[in-house]
Amino acid sequence: MAPAVPELQVAINDFVLQLQRRQVEGSLDSAKLTVLLLRQVVSQHRASHSGQASALIEAVKNVGVRLIAASPIELAIGNIVRRVLHIIREEEVSVTNSTEAEVGAGFESDDNDNNDNDNDSPPGLSAALLAAANRSALRGPSLYNLLESGSMPSAAVVPLSSGGDSEDRSRSCEKNSKGWKLKHAVIEGINELLEDINNNHAQIAEQALEHIHQDEVILTLGHSRTLLQFLCEAKKKRSFQVFIAEGAPRYQGHTLAKELADLNLQTTLITDSAVFAMISRVDMVIIGAHAVMANGGVIAPTGLHMVALAARRHAVPFVVLAGMYKLCPLYPHNPYVLVNEMKSPSQILEFEDMSEYVEAALGGPAMHATNPTFDYIPPELVSLFITDMGGHNPSYIYRLVAEYYSPEDYSLE
Amino acid sequence: MAVKKGGKAAEMADEETPVPLQAILLADSFAQKFRPITLERPKVLLPLINIPMIDYTLEWLASAGVEEVFVFCCAHAKQITNYLANSTWQTQPNFKVLPIESHDCVSVGEALRLIDQRNVVRGDFVLVSGDTVSNMSLKEVLQEHKERRKSDKLAVMTMVVKRSQSSPSTHQTRLGNDELLLAIDPLTKELLCYDDGSSNNLKRTRQVAVDKALYLNKPSICLCTDLQDCFIDICSPEVLFLFTDNFDYQHLRRDFVKGLLSDEISGNKIFTYEIYGEYAARVDNLRSYDSVSKDIIHRWTYPIVPDIRFAGNNVGLKIERCNVYRENGVLLPRSARIGPSTVLGEGTSVEENCVFSNSVIGRNCVIGRNVIIEGSYVWNNVTIHDNVVIQSAIICDGCVVKAGTRVEPGAVLSFNVVIGQNFSVPSYSKISLIAQPTEEDSSDEELEYVEAASSTTESPQKVIEVGQEYSNASGLGLNVEDPSQAIVWEESEVGASGAGFRWLMKDASQEDEWRYSVAPIPAEKIIEMRLKEEQDDLDDADQDAGVSAGVEEEEEEVDAVRKKRDFEKEAEETLRRLFLEGVPESNVILEVKALRLGFNAESSDCAAACFKSIINLALEEPFSKDSELFGIARTLFSKWKSILEHYLTNEDDQVEVLLKFEEICLEASGKAFAPIFCHVLRVLYDQEIISEDAILSWASEKQDAEEGDKVFLRQCEAFIKWLEEASEEEDDD
Repeated sequence: MAPAVPELQVAINDFVLQLQRRQVEGSLDSAKLTVLLLRQVVSQHRASHSGQASALIEAVKNVGVRLIAASPIELAIGNIVRRVLHIIREEEVSVTNSTEAEVGAGFESDDNDNNDNDNDSPPGLSAALLAAANRSALRGPSLYNLLESGSMPSAAVVPLSSGGDSEDRSRSCEKNSKGWKLKHAVIEGINELLEDINNNHAQIAEQALEHIHQDEVILTLGHSRTLLQFLCEAKKKRSFQVFIAEGAPRYQGHTLAKELADLNLQTTLITDSAVFAMISRVDMVIIGAHAVMANGGVIAPTGLHMVALAARRHAVPFVVLAGMYKLCPLYPHNPYVLVNEMKSPSQILEFEDMSEYVEAALGGPAMHATNPTFDYIPPELVSLFITDMGGHNPSYIYRLVAEYYSPEDYSLE
Repeated sequence: MAVKKGGKAAEMADEETPVPLQAILLADSFAQKFRPITLERPKVLLPLINIPMIDYTLEWLASAGVEEVFVFCCAHAKQITNYLANSTWQTQPNFKVLPIESHDCVSVGEALRLIDQRNVVRGDFVLVSGDTVSNMSLKEVLQEHKERRKSDKLAVMTMVVKRSQSSPSTHQTRLGNDELLLAIDPLTKELLCYDDGSSNNLKRTRQVAVDKALYLNKPSICLCTDLQDCFIDICSPEVLFLFTDNFDYQHLRRDFVKGLLSDEISGNKIFTYEIYGEYAARVDNLRSYDSVSKDIIHRWTYPIVPDIRFAGNNVGLKIERCNVYRENGVLLPRSARIGPSTVLGEGTSVEENCVFSNSVIGRNCVIGRNVIIEGSYVWNNVTIHDNVVIQSAIICDGCVVKAGTRVEPGAVLSFNVVIGQNFSVPSYSKISLIAQPTEEDSSDEELEYVEAASSTTESPQKVIEVGQEYSNASGLGLNVEDPSQAIVWEESEVGASGAGFRWLMKDASQEDEWRYSVAPIPAEKIIEMRLKEEQDDLDDADQDAGVSAGVEEEEEEVDAVRKKRDFEKEAEETLRRLFLEGVPESNVILEVKALRLGFNAESSDCAAACFKSIINLALEEPFSKDSELFGIARTLFSKWKSILEHYLTNEDDQVEVLLKFEEICLEASGKAFAPIFCHVLRVLYDQEIISEDAILSWASEKQDAEEGDKVFLRQCEAFIKWLEEASEEEDDD
């Protein structure tokens, strides 16, 4: 692997520390910062001359593993790392295809020039090509691949014939055009990903009117920015009522209630324990998720499993809002997927009150307080996912996973 | 290939603020509470859940936004600087760890004076010791401190406190400190008084002197016993100057804080800042080592917990149900039962049928079959053979505990100690390869073990070497008399083929050993303390039924009762002396008056004392029959009548004296008077010491009393009846 630029190393260390100290929390923030950091990694990557793509993959992986280890609970980080790896792999295939086309079209002399300058040995290049071809052959027939395969060569040829390429060539002929193209394409891809993440709230909110109808009663728990925007959008055309369970012990429901009341939306705040009593009056439960697993299971703030069960009991639709960056290609039974984090019991209990009971028994307090952050909601309890790519059934999630991730990247170790 | 320089890199680059936030971390506690462990390794490098303590403090400081930390090392300074040099702290962005070494500092005061000389501190700084575990955010407290400084230049320090109740029976916090008494102005949070019980240890009724001047501008003062000092101070640079100016300040709390509070001339002030929902504690002694370890395992310190990586903690550690933390690469058989709140370090292997609970087991330990470990701290590279039972003990690095041994609660095995087979390590014993230094024992204690005395002359390092040689050559019998073999381990201390010296505690500290040990406070001690307290309560109730809850009031009332008793005693003595000497009565009255003013007593008190001393005098005379005693009493009463009369000006006082008389008759010493109570009463009446009305009101008062109290009333029934009739007759007239 090429030595990383010190500046970049500082940025990585900084982000790793922030994650470790839990100063960056929430899937949106961690996803965004991860994208920015990985873009930096890719853009500052000084490739060895052979196997540009694999070196880039290696570099991203190395950083990714560190980030995931720093905060395993933020599954979005892992998702983004895998998305970026996927982009690299896709672009590699397309660039290879286009290079092949180039070679076929008689750009041989140009390539030779580059090879001479960069001491790039042809066997190495061919090996890389072979590996890439093998990979693409191994990949299962996904819907995305099938649809894209037709347009891919042409799409790749377009930048080739555009002015940018010739301009670059005139600027410096030392550049490995293939490597440069790949990197350029990858950065483009990452920028698109970033845009998707930034727009995901708006994209999801656009679908609000299809789901929320006049005079409906919506129930939710805790706070979610996605949900806030979703309800905001629906409020523009429809009038409806929202019940908010406060979401102990973090009580983020209080924040949401205030925000919704500011919008003049009729809001009722209830305790978490009152959910079952209220559910019969509710037309739909809408929640924001922390992560969506490959089997369609959902990781969401504590208390939501109970809400999902209550909704199932009364046949109330249970709708989960999740941006595509929350889609995790892993299964929840995987022991390496940490699905929960225990926070400080101080949110539940004052330490002062506890301290009296601490000396009670041999070797440990008689009373414990545990404060898990998340619940796992099995896919059977979810009626619908609303993502920035439209609404999906839980049973369809595995297809989405196959479209956005490469199977090689599921395990990063 | 050219590299496209991302403009984004600049975003993440360092941001230099004009005055970086600085902290002084004292990596030496200037105490000996962790001895003998700290003879070989500094306290801040001792593992707390397998991570050196100093890493917890540094991690907290770094995450709280401190940019420069001066680590002051004194004892084992080399070890600390080496550790810091090789740690990841050196590579962290925006965080500088700068060690300051010294070899001759013996107190916090000297350390701070030295730092002041170096002239490195530029602004407000955080003063902590290297054994602090916290997750509090410093932003608010710093802001509060800064704002206060703007308006009041004399607010030099802000002290962080946390509410935490001390155990009601032992008056000891869970961190092993004594109950702390703070006087705080509830409005400004100014600290007015700091009493950590170091001066009058363990006294239940603690006296606090709050200067009257403090009340002048303050509507109220809050006395708190439920606050715990976190030993986190936000200091202004003046604090260092103060230490330099007052070269006799040694201890941060005992000298500096108290000195500052009592110094009215400079007018420097200390404020408090209470934290809620955040955690802060200091590992000051072995008990707090235990408490803080448990708090970390129970995640009160989140996000500084074992399963989240932080500098110095980069090995994967997974949390399982019931707060069981397991690092990668632990060999665990199916039959091992890992109980709640247990940590298992990397590379540790455990054999069949082991039972662990509430314990921390370090890295690369080898643990045999059927081992039971409860509430203990086993550090790294420890070997524990089969069938060992360890309860609430600390086993340091490299120890070997051989088969069948029991380690009782509170025991501490220092580095590389070897405990022989089937041995029992007694409770609260401390065993180290380094012999106890003689200076400690020099005071008045006799050395029971010759070995300990002889080996102290050697350097500790040599002792270890020899010790290791010896333990390597374990094939030799224990009783080999080899002159080159400097050390022979006492079998009664560490068992057969063991290695280590047992440390002897001074008598006083041995008694208190349970206070500061990792073992939970034994049940009998708690019962003992509780009984003692109840006894105290009863005593208090005897003295004064109306002891009120408020600390101050209670103090006053207790005071009043004590004063009254003192006065009685004093007055009795005086009167007795005067009566015997036959001093003229005017002089007697004068003397009693002086006493009365001195004790601020009432005239009824004087009368009671006077009466008592007459009775006592009467009792001193030899008598065989009641009638003789009566005669003596009568003469005495008639002799000193005028003095009694002097004090018995009104009816209430006279009733008071009667009640006193009754009391005396019930006591063992005055029993002789019981049969002649009525007769004496008659004398008093005849001598006009006590009026008729007083006797009647006494009788009516007693009418409602319990049967047991009416003994004397019944005795005097006839007399009272006669009196009543007489008064009626008078009325008729």
